[in-house]
Amino acid sequence: MNKKKYERILLSHGGGGKETSELIGGIIFNGLYGRNGGSGDLHGLHNRHNDSGFAVNTSGQKIKLLDDAAVLKSPQNIAFTTDSFTVSPIFFKGGDIGKLSVAGTVNDLSVMGAKPLFLSLGLIIEEGFSSEDLIKIIKGISQEADKTGVMVVTGDTKVVPAGKADGIFINTSGIGEVLYDGLSVYNITPGDIIIVSGNVGDHGAAVMSQREGMEMDVEIESDCASLWDMINAVLGGGITVSAIRDATRGGLAAVLNEWAMAAGVDIYVEEDKIPVNGSVRGFCELLGFEPYQLACEGRAVFAVKPEFAEKALNILKSHPLGKNARIIGTACGNNNFGAETEGAGQAGGGRNGNGQELKKLKGKVILKGIYGVNRLLDYPSGELLPRIC
Amino acid sequence: MELYSDFKRKDDISRLASIIGSEVKKPVNIMEICGGHTHSIMKYGLNTLLKDKINFLHGPGCPVCVMPLKRIDEAIEIADSPGVILAAYGDMMRVPGTDSSLIKERAKGKDVRMIYSPLDIIKIAEDKNNKDKKIVFFAIGFETTTPMTAALLEEVIARRINNVLFHVNHVLVPPPINAILDSGDNLIDGFICPGHVSVMTGSGIYADIPLKYKKAAVIAGFEPYDILSGALLIARQINEGRPAVEIAYKRAVKEGGNKKAQTLVDKYFTIRDEFEWRGFGNIPKSGLKLRDEFKNFDAEYVFKDKLKELRLKSESGQRGKENAACKCGEILKGKCKPDDCPLFGKACNPENPVGACMVSFEGACAAYYKYRNF
Repeated sequence: MNKKKYERILLSHGGGGKETSELIGGIIFNGLYGRNGGSGDLHGLHNRHNDSGFAVNTSGQKIKLLDDAAVLKSPQNIAFTTDSFTVSPIFFKGGDIGKLSVAGTVNDLSVMGAKPLFLSLGLIIEEGFSSEDLIKIIKGISQEADKTGVMVVTGDTKVVPAGKADGIFINTSGIGEVLYDGLSVYNITPGDIIIVSGNVGDHGAAVMSQREGMEMDVEIESDCASLWDMINAVLGGGITVSAIRDATRGGLAAVLNEWAMAAGVDIYVEEDKIPVNGSVRGFCELLGFEPYQLACEGRAVFAVKPEFAEKALNILKSHPLGKNARIIGTACGNNNFGAETEGAGQAGGGRNGNGQELKKLKGKVILKGIYGVNRLLDYPSGELLPRIC
Repeated sequence: MELYSDFKRKDDISRLASIIGSEVKKPVNIMEICGGHTHSIMKYGLNTLLKDKINFLHGPGCPVCVMPLKRIDEAIEIADSPGVILAAYGDMMRVPGTDSSLIKERAKGKDVRMIYSPLDIIKIAEDKNNKDKKIVFFAIGFETTTPMTAALLEEVIARRINNVLFHVNHVLVPPPINAILDSGDNLIDGFICPGHVSVMTGSGIYADIPLKYKKAAVIAGFEPYDILSGALLIARQINEGRPAVEIAYKRAVKEGGNKKAQTLVDKYFTIRDEFEWRGFGNIPKSGLKLRDEFKNFDAEYVFKDKLKELRLKSESGQRGKENAACKCGEILKGKCKPDDCPLFGKACNPENPVGACMVSFEGACAAYYKYRNF
């Protein structure tokens, strides 16, 4: 697409005619499949894929372009997932909405033990969106897809009038081949060890600190990353894993609460074992947030059988994305938490919070604080709003 | 940014807790005035850590919690005027008035903006798309935030901006404390006084607490170490029978406070005859308003016709009434604790708050709910 002619995306780019073809050919196909690494600096449709009419990705998969549907060879057991991405700002330290839209869907497949194979890519673009930004986003998608060996095989692009969307929205669906089946939250039983693959809250803090109006100068990068390689290493290492979940919106607290409720166990975690970047903790202190409730985009939480915990931790630590992995707690029977830990003496001792009433609660998450006092780690709710003073 | 950990070290906290343990002879009842203190106490479980020694009572120092329904109704009414952009702090957005909240009004299409600092309003006002709009700042907070509102007004005047108005809800710390102590009906032995307010005001505003009421008053910061240091000083004052105002937050608070901020506040604000507090009713000389010479910036003056009907309804009791079962009023006076309320955690929770103390994150009920101890 001629960049000078089209500095911005116009409504006509979504009209289905010549401009649509230029957009899809010039920016999207070239970014995804172009030989020049997806720089997007292009001119005609005929340049964007190889002469046979196929695009080929890094792992040699071939896909025919411009048909109404992608025709795929399906493995025996497939996993299928979808996710939509709206993030403000669109570009943030450590990533952008494009990278996020690949990593998010890849991770949803990965935590189910499925090797990510194919993605769809749906774009809803606001009229007036910068073409240059779109090129950068497609490049982010292309690079992240190549990293995991997943291929974008179908897509759709719509342009909506200015004011009807916030720049760009992306939807990706993904198909993966289930290599390790049986992973499920319902496998979690008392005694399972909870491991987190790295520092929590980085993505939420990075995005929020760069949001318009906040613009805080803190050295926090999003953890946005595709986790298949790391998860494959753990699952392929002979570890009995009950369940894996990528901690996204709602952060670690949401994952643990969902697990506790679904599996009907209590989960007991220790605050001083949960890895949190110092800047993220400082950011949270300032605004009254808890790092455990902030979004991550490249962290996995594992529940593994106790005899495999150390081995799983070692595999994670030897992977670049799992360097800061830590064992943070255990699943336990109702109210049977921390029996062997020093904080146990505090159980039921609090004046506040109806200690006895709370004990009747099934499927809760208990956080042992840094001074040994146990408290509930609640499910996040409502909009995260910074406090006044 | 490592400051966050320096006043939380486990060893220091254990040592302080054991000193308090050995020096406190009989349990001490301490009211922490500020919601920020309540939040820290619950988050770190300091009440559980010191449970046989210190009984923390939670005071009226959360500006969002004490805001009466009728003031929120007014903000919503003003936001409803054509061409108005209503700007408020995030914390205030969820707080329900009689039948809506600012966040719900935003969802209905009203132009309600969340700001992080009052000076964000300059940017909104100077945006060329907003030239014909009126930007109304719903200004709330104690002595800590008032100087920032005054600084905004100073900047608005200096830049000759003529489309910014103020709905002023700033309140003062000492009047409700005096109201609690005057009622006589309380357990309080001493107060942990708010750190950030004192940075601005200095320690003089608490002089009545030891002089007139013979109670301890210690200014403390918000970290666990600060709060325990404050509690220890109060315990010592009680042991020695010498109530006084002391500062346990010397890294931030000076006796005289911030003179520049005080001058700025005095330039633009004057004290109202009375102001309504949620849970307390009207307290004399407890709120601020703009001085008469700045009335053209005062949303209550500019929108007086629009607010007239609403005010009549509030006065006649048709609007602005609290739920009768809610114990927020008693909680804010330190007469009971959140889990003494029959609604706590049942009919009243953060998703469906009945009373003000559950609505704001800094409120005592919200802190109890969020950090339920075992």
